[in-house]
Amino acid sequence: MTEPITVPTPQQIIEPAISGRTETMVLNMGPHHPSTHGVLRLVLELDGEVVVNLAPDVGYLHTGIEKTMESKTYQKAVVLTDRMDYLAPLSNNLCYALAVEKLLEVEIPERAQIARVLLTELQRISSHLVWLGTHALDLAAMSVFLYAFREREQILDIFELVSGARMMTSYFRIGGLAYDLPADFLPTVEQFLAIMPSRIDEYEDLLTANPLWLERTVGVGVIDAQAAIALGLTGANLRATGVAYDVRKAMPYSGYETYSFEIPIGKNGDIYDRYRVRIAEMRQSVKIAQQAAERLRELGPGPVVTPNRKVAPPPKREITESMESLIHHFKLWTEGFKPPRGDAYVSIESPRGILGCYVVSDGSPKPWRVHFRAPSFINLQSLAHMAKGRLVADLVALIASLDPVLGEVDR
Amino acid sequence: MGIEEKAGNLGIVTTTLETVVNWGRTNAMWPLLFGLACCAIEMMGAQASNYDLSRFGMELNRASPRQADLMIVAGRVSRKMAPVVRRLYDQMPEPKWVIAMGDCAACGGIFNNYAIVQGVDEVVPVDVYVAGCPPRPEALIDGIMMLHQKVMREKISGKKEAPIRLDQPLVQVK
Amino acid sequence: MDNQTVLAALRDTVGREIRAVSEFRGDLSVTLTPAGYLAAAQFLRDDPELAYVFLENLCGVDYLGRKPRFEVVAHLTSLRHRHRVCLKVGCDEPDPTVPSLTPLFPTANYQERETFDLLGIKFAGHPSLTRILLPDDWVGHPLRKDHPLGDEEVAFTFNQERIYARKPFARE
Ligand code: SF4
Repeated sequence: MTEPITVPTPQQIIEPAISGRTETMVLNMGPHHPSTHGVLRLVLELDGEVVVNLAPDVGYLHTGIEKTMESKTYQKAVVLTDRMDYLAPLSNNLCYALAVEKLLEVEIPERAQIARVLLTELQRISSHLVWLGTHALDLAAMSVFLYAFREREQILDIFELVSGARMMTSYFRIGGLAYDLPADFLPTVEQFLAIMPSRIDEYEDLLTANPLWLERTVGVGVIDAQAAIALGLTGANLRATGVAYDVRKAMPYSGYETYSFEIPIGKNGDIYDRYRVRIAEMRQSVKIAQQAAERLRELGPGPVVTPNRKVAPPPKREITESMESLIHHFKLWTEGFKPPRGDAYVSIESPRGILGCYVVSDGSPKPWRVHFRAPSFINLQSLAHMAKGRLVADLVALIASLDPVLGEVDR
Repeated sequence: MGIEEKAGNLGIVTTTLETVVNWGRTNAMWPLLFGLACCAIEMMGAQASNYDLSRFGMELNRASPRQADLMIVAGRVSRKMAPVVRRLYDQMPEPKWVIAMGDCAACGGIFNNYAIVQGVDEVVPVDVYVAGCPPRPEALIDGIMMLHQKVMREKISGKKEAPIRLDQPLVQVK
Repeated sequence: MDNQTVLAALRDTVGREIRAVSEFRGDLSVTLTPAGYLAAAQFLRDDPELAYVFLENLCGVDYLGRKPRFEVVAHLTSLRHRHRVCLKVGCDEPDPTVPSLTPLFPTANYQERETFDLLGIKFAGHPSLTRILLPDDWVGHPLRKDHPLGDEEVAFTFNQERIYARKPFARE
């Protein structure tokens, strides 16, 4: 490592400027929307139009989700996870559910596992579509936004079909799914997956060889693999530097080891490579989702929650017939379940990178502590490293290419 | 070339100045580009291809508060963000309106804790509340139509109508 | 790579600093003294055989009523061996301090600032330990167990008159 990597704070940039010790200018970008990516404030130190240093100031969306979760029972806290990374609520649900399931050691039925994979892959596509639309919008390519949201609406329609909500589905519960998939789920998904590859071609037609796009992205915001790992960069941003690390392959969860897919990687670690990697990831997601849909078809109907009545409530029908079920139902909704003492950490590959969830149980029905390793939050640290010496205009492209979601940054 | 071509044989149209001004205000209302959290994604959805907010002359989001006359507070307002929201509101030129989009902006939503302001009406006066977490794009469009109707009722001389508060009995907007 | 190999390697180097070892649900976690925490992280990162170069997660937990009260948890991942180790270190009031991992892993910077902000744990050797999520003039550390949630009374039809009379509605 040549130069030590530093992550400055806003104060460290502002103070020398106020005291007049520097020749450079300090400029405030935000907190009201520096680009289309939410309430982020950037303190820039500029020499003319060149960024000398910068420090992100986050926390404008701090929601206290981790504290609030401590006051809810395990099952009720699922709702809060949706609102963290609001472009990929299902990934958050999955990560939290997996962590609590690890504490409880419950088995998830096959059908629920496959549905989880299928829906999180759809979620990945929809999240990448928002990234693509807003990234292009930031670089003044308006039409891509309209194309991307066209397909996103189709995915949201699928989510609405299964859960009744477009975005905040809270569909993955501890022990399985909230309820069974509807009958017309598979045809709708298959129809969507059939058209999606050609739609991705359309986006690529608009951007991949577009000279304006290339001009703004190739060779901009470069980071090498070593610095990326040191700074904790994950997800497509890390893979664009050539490191093929994907939790779905490295430490598989939910049965990802049984699906065949590739990890797209880049070479140069610039904005263009991140774009290529994410586009390729969408294609891989379609592939995984197709395999999952096939398996669901083969498997046929079956249970979608664990048979362990101490964790998941019995079906409604049973409650009217059996006293024991009634008691279980009552206990679960009034008190909740009590995982054994201990802590568990689980990480998954969310659309933004490695999303981790650390849950500590003290044996009571409420989590003692829940911590989320938020990929956007940690990815944001590398912004200064990448932006140094570039123009302010490149910075907007850079923020978009990191794909931070401020709800997750601040939690 | 001009309005007489479109209007055909209409001849002379008489109306009040008030109606014309209000009509102008409703049909070219420029919202401030102001997404805070998850609701902002649905706001984007409302502006995108499927819901197409530009049908109502509202697609032109302004990034600068000086050029905007509608603030759609889309998302939760944290204690750190609240002063910024007020400042942006103060920077907007008169006349200006505010829509509180989503449960969080209306009343704090599911986040009843130390970090979130329990309703943006503690920070800026709100004209229309849109419920939902997040509200569907249709709900947002409905809220905007409701605001348009409210603007149409405004008097040119008098003050603005009092905001529709949560604590008032529901006003049926006709 | 499995838990036993890593544990044996840790025992060889920082064996005297290890306070407790636990394997829960297949995950290895090692509780160390502050000095051992830093040494173990450095060893795990620099040993060419192990190569735990990636600090995946760092956070703090407040175990109110236990001694020591606070615990900092760091998850180190070896990208090569696809294995994760959890290092824990305790610290206590009145001045909870643990050594900072930022000089070893730049990615710890934000995570340690977040832990400081929300739990009030100090990290010795951190280059710029300031609040990150909350405003600079905020008093208290909300994730501590003795900090209230800070919720307000919810308005329903039966109590809304009383609540709205107090609520500071904004003016033009
Ligand atoms: S109302 Fe719901 S969707 Fe909207 S900002 Fe709040 S939590 Fe997010």
